[in-house]
Amino acid sequence: MNFPVVKGAAYALIQAKEMVLHHGTTQTSEGRKNPASEHLMKLPEHLRSFQDAVSYPPNQVYIGNMTPEDLRSIPRPWYQAPVSGASRNGKFGEIMPEDEFLGLMKIVDAFDLVVLEEQFQNSVREKLVGHPVLGDIMGLEKLSKDPGNAEEIRKLVDGHTAQPMYFEGKLVGCVKRAHEFDEALSDRVMFENLVGKASATFALKLLLAKTKLQPDEVEYIIECSEEACGDMNQRGGGNFAKAIGEMCGCINATGSDTRSFCAGPVHALVEAAALAQTGIYKNVVVLAGGSSAKLGMNSKDHVKKGMPILEDMLGAFAIHIGENDGINPVIRTDGIGRHRIGSGSSPQAVMTSIVADPLDKLGYKIPEVDRYSPEMQNPEITEPAGAGDVPLANFKMIGALSVKRGELEKSELLKAVNSFGMPGFAPTQGHIPSGVPFIGHARDMILSGEINRAMIVGKGSLFLGRLTNLFDGVSFVMEKNSGVFQETGFNKDEVRLMIAEAMRDFAQTFRGK
Amino acid sequence: MDLENQARIKDLAEKYGKENLIVVLGGAEAEASGLAAETVSTGDPTYAGPLSGVSLGLKAYHIFELKDEIDPAVYDEQISMMEMVLEVDEIVNEVKNYRG
Repeated sequence: MNFPVVKGAAYALIQAKEMVLHHGTTQTSEGRKNPASEHLMKLPEHLRSFQDAVSYPPNQVYIGNMTPEDLRSIPRPWYQAPVSGASRNGKFGEIMPEDEFLGLMKIVDAFDLVVLEEQFQNSVREKLVGHPVLGDIMGLEKLSKDPGNAEEIRKLVDGHTAQPMYFEGKLVGCVKRAHEFDEALSDRVMFENLVGKASATFALKLLLAKTKLQPDEVEYIIECSEEACGDMNQRGGGNFAKAIGEMCGCINATGSDTRSFCAGPVHALVEAAALAQTGIYKNVVVLAGGSSAKLGMNSKDHVKKGMPILEDMLGAFAIHIGENDGINPVIRTDGIGRHRIGSGSSPQAVMTSIVADPLDKLGYKIPEVDRYSPEMQNPEITEPAGAGDVPLANFKMIGALSVKRGELEKSELLKAVNSFGMPGFAPTQGHIPSGVPFIGHARDMILSGEINRAMIVGKGSLFLGRLTNLFDGVSFVMEKNSGVFQETGFNKDEVRLMIAEAMRDFAQTFRGK
Repeated sequence: MDLENQARIKDLAEKYGKENLIVVLGGAEAEASGLAAETVSTGDPTYAGPLSGVSLGLKAYHIFELKDEIDPAVYDEQISMMEMVLEVDEIVNEVKNYRG
């Protein structure tokens, strides 16, 4: 079969510590219940500097300056082991500070909802004009227009018609509501949607800058975050994908949004693989931005345990799937794993359906996959909150499944887990950690011959939406390209020739008679 | 413990009577399982949910403790993999603490 390939991957992080305080739902819920809460008082003391966020080892892995393997040799806590000489610029992407991001939110705002205070706006404009990837972005001129003044911004925020934008403790702007009554266009929803749009735009710009893909070559974009864009009549109407493509000059692309909580990105990648393999669209980009609501989700436990707030990062990614080029790692579309409606929701049933069943189809045993990338949450964030080491738990489940299938001795379980597992390094942004953070690393490792194949696993907790108790999960195997492939599609001339030959044969038979 | 679940357990206890109810836990970790067991017996220790200050006195068992009550084929299909992965003794001991 002519499998599609992973042509490139870009990753972005944005440190948004003021958003932790003002937009993270753990904090906003606490503020509503108990405005004088001890947690809210103590929280600001636990916020870290931008440089601390840049030199934090898991963040360096996310943007590709270090590998997941490198993390193994760094003793925890990682927040006490800063990477010396760490750069905000990475092989796969970049870590952006909050002020530049607020500027980017205004750039991507198509309805004049973002107001930035004049002095602040001028300062971020200067930074963004000189930015190597964003310096040419469409809409940059918005940072030279319509500045707000502090008093007007304060009035909008105090009047509850706008969400505040803070930088270093100072109110510097706001996002206004987009409608007087419509809850789907409220200031809160518009803030979150603009955060999603801006961060995904950044990831796509990074992808275009770091790979050979040209904006006008992109034919389809699938956005797979967990936000909903619409109005009161169709709350999830869409379309983030086209809105993001527009910002990046993808004039030949169309697109749509795919949702399935944290499993969304892997669903989207499978869809992209199908579109590229059939030739419906030659170049497909799967992308998602970050979630401000999830910032500081576990911050109560982090504060209690005297830790810095590590959940101050918005995550984003963009992955390019294209037709087989004989070089890049292929997606084995003949062995896609899926949690079926009838699979059952126990962890064992889930793992069987998304890991064991597809490998059976491909004829591989569990230990024959060199790396698994399930939910790659950073354990340093989840363990203090009682959620354990999520990737490790997944690797153990995969190993245990292999023991049950008689592919592995029980005594070899931990060794196998060590071999096909890796430390988690992704921010707890829901869909962001789910399988995809490893794709850039996996592509590099497969291209260099370090590994032959990796399985990318996405899992989603659908019960959160209160429509079903079903679980969700999807997976695919990325594999070294054999270099042998056929040109896709049919050649019109060849078909004409075949028809002509058939007609001639028919005529001859006819004449012969 | 999840606030929605606390509300559901409280409703069920009122509807069917505490004496007719046990709680079966599937937690993956000792501390969280213990916390759930505590919540349904002596009340929500975090004082966040509907069971704050409500002592239902329900007995909680982890599914690992009920192995003998379950069809072995079902147990093998649904639970045995996790039994290999989780700290079974630690979880069970923690949950037992709250059964009085």
